[in-house]
Amino acid sequence: MLEEVSAIDQGDMIINIGPQHPSTHGVLQLVVTLNGETIKKVEPHLGFIHRSIEKMCESLTYRQFIYVTSRMDYLSSHINNHGCALCVEKGMQIEIPERAKVIRVLMDELTRIASHELWWGAMAMDLGAFTPFFLSFRERETITDIMEDTCGARLTMNYIVPGGVMVDLHPDFQRKVKAFIKLFREKADQYNELVTGNIIFQSRMKNVGVLSKEDAISYGCTGPTARGSGVNCDIRKLYPYEIYDQLKFDEVIETGCDSFSRYLVRVKEMYQSISIIEQLIDNIPEGDFQAKTKAVLKLPKGEFYTRVETARGELGVYIVSEGATTPYRIKFRSPGFSNLSALNHMAKGGKIGDLVAMMGTLDLVIPDIDR
Amino acid sequence: MTNEELKIKLTEVLPSATFEEGGEWVNLSVAPAEWKPFAHQLRATEGLDFDFLFCVTCVDWKTHLSMVYHLTSTKHRHSIVVKSKLDRTKPEIETVCDIWRTAEFHEREQAELFGVDFLNHPDLRKLILTDDFEGFPLRKDFEDPINMIKL
Repeated sequence: MLEEVSAIDQGDMIINIGPQHPSTHGVLQLVVTLNGETIKKVEPHLGFIHRSIEKMCESLTYRQFIYVTSRMDYLSSHINNHGCALCVEKGMQIEIPERAKVIRVLMDELTRIASHELWWGAMAMDLGAFTPFFLSFRERETITDIMEDTCGARLTMNYIVPGGVMVDLHPDFQRKVKAFIKLFREKADQYNELVTGNIIFQSRMKNVGVLSKEDAISYGCTGPTARGSGVNCDIRKLYPYEIYDQLKFDEVIETGCDSFSRYLVRVKEMYQSISIIEQLIDNIPEGDFQAKTKAVLKLPKGEFYTRVETARGELGVYIVSEGATTPYRIKFRSPGFSNLSALNHMAKGGKIGDLVAMMGTLDLVIPDIDR
Repeated sequence: MTNEELKIKLTEVLPSATFEEGGEWVNLSVAPAEWKPFAHQLRATEGLDFDFLFCVTCVDWKTHLSMVYHLTSTKHRHSIVVKSKLDRTKPEIETVCDIWRTAEFHEREQAELFGVDFLNHPDLRKLILTDDFEGFPLRKDFEDPINMIKL
């Protein structure tokens, strides 16, 4: 502690941002060293909601541990469940029915849109525009209702389980999703114009929080954060899982390397997701929604690693099995943790007022970072 | 590059590496003392170019600890898994955060959860746990009678 104090020059100021500061999106504490308005260092302090999910999973069976993972990145809980289910299926070599694959992809993409919509509203609110927050929450509500019909939950779904999905789709699913597609197509351009074209918004984002391509790779950034820096890292394209290799969609890449590029990537990704949903919604194959599996799952001895693309980037699930009903060691490589590590580098030399814009475009979800 | 070609290339770089069979990726073990120079070569050698460290983990095997590094090359799209056995009573390994900067956070996390000492790491303070926390919670022999519920 003494060393740290002496490393600070005269005239420097240390301020705490958060936890529970309106701009930190959750319980994240940032200790910022400032010289005037210029940021010299940003130190994230984590762990306010650390629940040691990895330790908990060691005493839960392969059917039970899915439920805990919904609580990591709560905005893309379907995709978290998906990653874990894939890892168990890979270990046990379970082949899942075609219907389950399509349902999983549909749910993933709906989640991605919901997550990006929430981010879009929160992002605009961080920069001082309040209306987009209400608009995006209103549209997101439509997706949450669709989820509620089928999964029974609005946030922590626990719907994708090893072997398929938990229950079949609600009879109203297709009708409601089609209504949502229509609504999205109507509103999206309008909202896009409202915020993206706004000159105040643009000038607060452009050339703020610059992260070069090399740095993005070195810091282990993935997802829209890295794609805004020109790295192609979409797991759905690079290592396709389920039926992503049969679908037509583009990997959105921007090369501006700044906050505005990361913003554009997420906005454009919503359009890609809606096009994936359009391709699938009339083509859900008939059949079982779950493969026949044993009541007690036992993974063979060995190590299994799967990765999926969540709304925030690459989620890796690493299971070390000793052949028992519970994992010997499980590790979640969460996208937010690596993305956050780039914050200090991005913020250094910037202004304190821009810090919020940088954090906003990293799209941090704290339970995902703390786990 | 296929896994076989990659194995030949890796043996040229580090003759003492031992390979494990199975798994989708090339799986090799190095001694902790050899890890840092090997890591430099993995990053810099033409044809390998491992520039993306995507997962850093530690596993407690009760007799020893094992560090696990997952690496990928964004240029050639091949991946490897590097493991290193550490002594459980005095786990020490060189940091690689000057080669892959993402390692700084990941190593801090593993240091507090497993008690691994990363030599020459710039800042090994606790990241997730509170500063006065004692013990290493992800080790298999960790006991906490108050907060841990045994099923």
